[in-house]
Amino acid sequence: MAEAKLRVERARAAFRAGRARSPGFRLQQLRALERMVEEKQREIAAALKADLNKNEYNAFSYEILGTLGEIALMVDQLHTWAAPKPVAKNILTLTDDVYIHYEPLGVVLVIGSWNYPFALVMQPLIGAIAAGNAVVIKPSEISANTAKLMAELIPQYIDKDLYPVITGGVTETTELLKERFDHIFYTGNSQVGKIVMEAAARHLTPVTLELGGKSPCYIDKDCNLEVACRRIAWGKYMNCGQTCIAPDYILCEQSIQNKVVENIKKTLKEFHGEDIKQSPDYERIVNKHHFKRLLSLLEGQKIAYGGETDEATCFIAPTILTDVSPDSRIMQEEIFGPLLPIVTIKSAAEAIQFINQREKPLAFYLFSNDKKLIKRMISETSSGGVTANDVLMHFTLPDLPFGGVGYSGMGAYHGRHSFETFSHRRSCLIKSLKMENMNKIRYPPNSKKKVAWAKFFLLTRFNKGRVGLVALALLGVLLAVVIKRPSFH
Amino acid sequence: MNPYAGVVSSLRTAWLAGKTRGAEHRVSQLEALGRFLEEQRGPILEAMALDMRKPPLEAELSEILLVRNEVTHALNSLSSWMKDEFVEKNLVTQLDEAFIRKEPYGVVLIIGPWNYPLHLILVPLVGAIAAGNCVLVKPSEISRGTEKLVAETLPGYLDKDCFAVVTGGPVETTQLLENKFDFIFFTGSPQVGRGVMAAAAQHLTPLALELGGKNPCYVAEDSELESAATRLVWGRCFNAGQTCVAPDYVLCSPATQEKLLPALGRAIARFFGPEPRESPDLARMVSDRHFRRVRALLGSGRVALGGQTDEAERYIAPTVLADVQPSQPAMQEEIFGPVLPIITVPSVDDAIAFINSRERPLAVYVFASDSKVVQRVLERTSSGGFGANDTLMQMTLLSLPFGGIGSSGLGSYHGRFSFDTFSHRRACLLRRTGLEALNSVRYPPYSERKMGLLASASQVKRKGGCSLQ
Repeated sequence: MAEAKLRVERARAAFRAGRARSPGFRLQQLRALERMVEEKQREIAAALKADLNKNEYNAFSYEILGTLGEIALMVDQLHTWAAPKPVAKNILTLTDDVYIHYEPLGVVLVIGSWNYPFALVMQPLIGAIAAGNAVVIKPSEISANTAKLMAELIPQYIDKDLYPVITGGVTETTELLKERFDHIFYTGNSQVGKIVMEAAARHLTPVTLELGGKSPCYIDKDCNLEVACRRIAWGKYMNCGQTCIAPDYILCEQSIQNKVVENIKKTLKEFHGEDIKQSPDYERIVNKHHFKRLLSLLEGQKIAYGGETDEATCFIAPTILTDVSPDSRIMQEEIFGPLLPIVTIKSAAEAIQFINQREKPLAFYLFSNDKKLIKRMISETSSGGVTANDVLMHFTLPDLPFGGVGYSGMGAYHGRHSFETFSHRRSCLIKSLKMENMNKIRYPPNSKKKVAWAKFFLLTRFNKGRVGLVALALLGVLLAVVIKRPSFH
Repeated sequence: MNPYAGVVSSLRTAWLAGKTRGAEHRVSQLEALGRFLEEQRGPILEAMALDMRKPPLEAELSEILLVRNEVTHALNSLSSWMKDEFVEKNLVTQLDEAFIRKEPYGVVLIIGPWNYPLHLILVPLVGAIAAGNCVLVKPSEISRGTEKLVAETLPGYLDKDCFAVVTGGPVETTQLLENKFDFIFFTGSPQVGRGVMAAAAQHLTPLALELGGKNPCYVAEDSELESAATRLVWGRCFNAGQTCVAPDYVLCSPATQEKLLPALGRAIARFFGPEPRESPDLARMVSDRHFRRVRALLGSGRVALGGQTDEAERYIAPTVLADVQPSQPAMQEEIFGPVLPIITVPSVDDAIAFINSRERPLAVYVFASDSKVVQRVLERTSSGGFGANDTLMQMTLLSLPFGGIGSSGLGSYHGRFSFDTFSHRRACLLRRTGLEALNSVRYPPYSERKMGLLASASQVKRKGGCSLQ
């Protein structure tokens, strides 16, 4: 534990020495990370398989490709994003330099989660490095193989002092959170999110919390049910349901419930064949604790499909539950497993009400051919993000900010949003010591005349004309001449 | 039961009914704020005079004019701020609609301080209303005149279902913070800021904290000292120094100190005459407690200029303390008074090292004719904002985000940044259920071929031509 403190201090000293700041250095580190991912793909996939029985395809597409894409984007855009941004000036600052200067925050802590253990550390890490910070990396101990691999690999490729990897469990994380950081990026559940934010409050450290919730999925009567169910099945059972933006539960009318079940069944057979236990493409629950948790959620439920489990391998078959009661346990917590409850409602309006009575989720999904309905349901609910007529996909566009709201989180990242999250926008006003006469308007001794002139120059007009600004500028020059005469006071 | 549960709950009801979401409602509320500023000009100036003898020009500038600019700017820009932002798509999503929706958080809380008691409530309020939220405001109990104005007169201008004012001190504020809000905007001290954030953590409420610190001002040897001194005195004495971005202390070489002192003296005399106590243009300390607090700092270093005080009036003369030591009281807390300590350092690098050894402030100032010196200080320090060759003015530009870093705060606002601060940016992707065949690449059963196809379909095209390795 004392070692962790030392490594944080070393990261801070390294940051203070200024190494992490130059764009050239950041690009070098990012390219090194890129090499790491490309060269060690096999090892990464093996660790993911050991932790979650993740197959190579899923590992490649969701953890490796995503990471490589993010690095490519950062490398491409770094110079543009890091450049000072000039902003609009007012009459008094026409001849000055006014801009926003992008700066690193300092030492950032990234706490990863176990479900996409590689990507959910790499993506924030990439953003934090691109913004010029030192980063303390704390992968989840639950995905132990990936944590071990990252602790071995990362120091081999990027600066050991600036980017230390610290492993450990709850105790170590609690100790780590006592240290002072300049930003904490946490991915995990809402309960721990509160603890992280409380710890951050002690040091007034800003936080980004990527949490979770129950992401609802509304299926309208008027939609292409076959396609909808295939997409839902894909998103729900991917990674054995252990995805923060997985569709958690379905809301639909009673009349289509059976068709939904049939379509999902059909899709699962297409995906995994007759015996899903034999399918190389289906993952496992991460550990016994979560396996038992999920089993207990099944109690008292009507299983329309699936339900097979095997504790030895942490296997739970893709399961569909029908006529689920809103008060049952499975509707009280984020499922994070391959159990799909269907709650029947009478209308879209009721679905909206149902969703709004609960905590704001990370994602909202809805399937309908009616574009107006889609727009209405989006505007009458709140969530981190939305995908209509599909699931998960809003995650894949780097220009869309990825984050939650309310209990599902605060702050966002991906692409440019990562860069902004890990940067400080420092406002700069560079004046010259000349032209002091223009300033006389604001100095005491004051007078009613000065107030009137001040208002004339400083008050924003309720119009958008640029001509006004030029005219004011000319008047300003005139005024500077006028004020020179001592009689003005 | 929590004494504020009722008012919060009724605001939440108005929020759930959607009253504040439409553009017309937001516009009407912003226009009403504009009318409040115009019609209540007299009472506003009176309240400022009562609370800290703020000179009319200062009150006009900081409490009315700057706020009106925010209102006007918001009215001018609202429709463009509210628009969905469409984003770039990749190959897979080419036919879809991808955009960022700006949505209000819900019920937001704004807690104001006492130094610019109207401005620091109304400017965040403009952002909160423009973003479509319902708002609960808690003005400072220390600036009593403004508290009364805000509590009694302001609600009459706004929709009482969607806007409410509560008053009270530290005990009441703690109780207020036990309620769940969807966003909290706090302006005040770092110490109280910690408590606000800890309370927000219980409900996972996002927040913005506008705090403070000691804003250093480095004066280089070569700078035009008359102008520098004038702008320094102006920044230090505006509102009798009770300004979060005021230059708090000066760093300069001993030689510069010698030349700066008389220049500072001349500026003070020009502004306030030979007897500043008689000038109507200098404010007073807001309370007896703050008066005594600032007076106690006068023992640091030596009084080179000013130093006079009057407890009955809560008057502190524009004062410059020379040869102050870093360990002395004037260097242990944010001064928030018309007192300017000077610490001598041999060089700009020593000044930078000194600044970096302390908490990051809301502003760093440099006076220098040499732009290289300006750049050096900018690049090697960290602060909320930065000003070269002037003080305070970066606050007046609506196009610059105003906020701190580290213990001087988190988040920012002003102009468009206020709107963004009070909005949730919701990522939206609208797809179609047609063209399902294109999705087949992502479905099991998996294969090498599918992996290859997926890699090329999701590729982010590198725009850069040649790469400098």
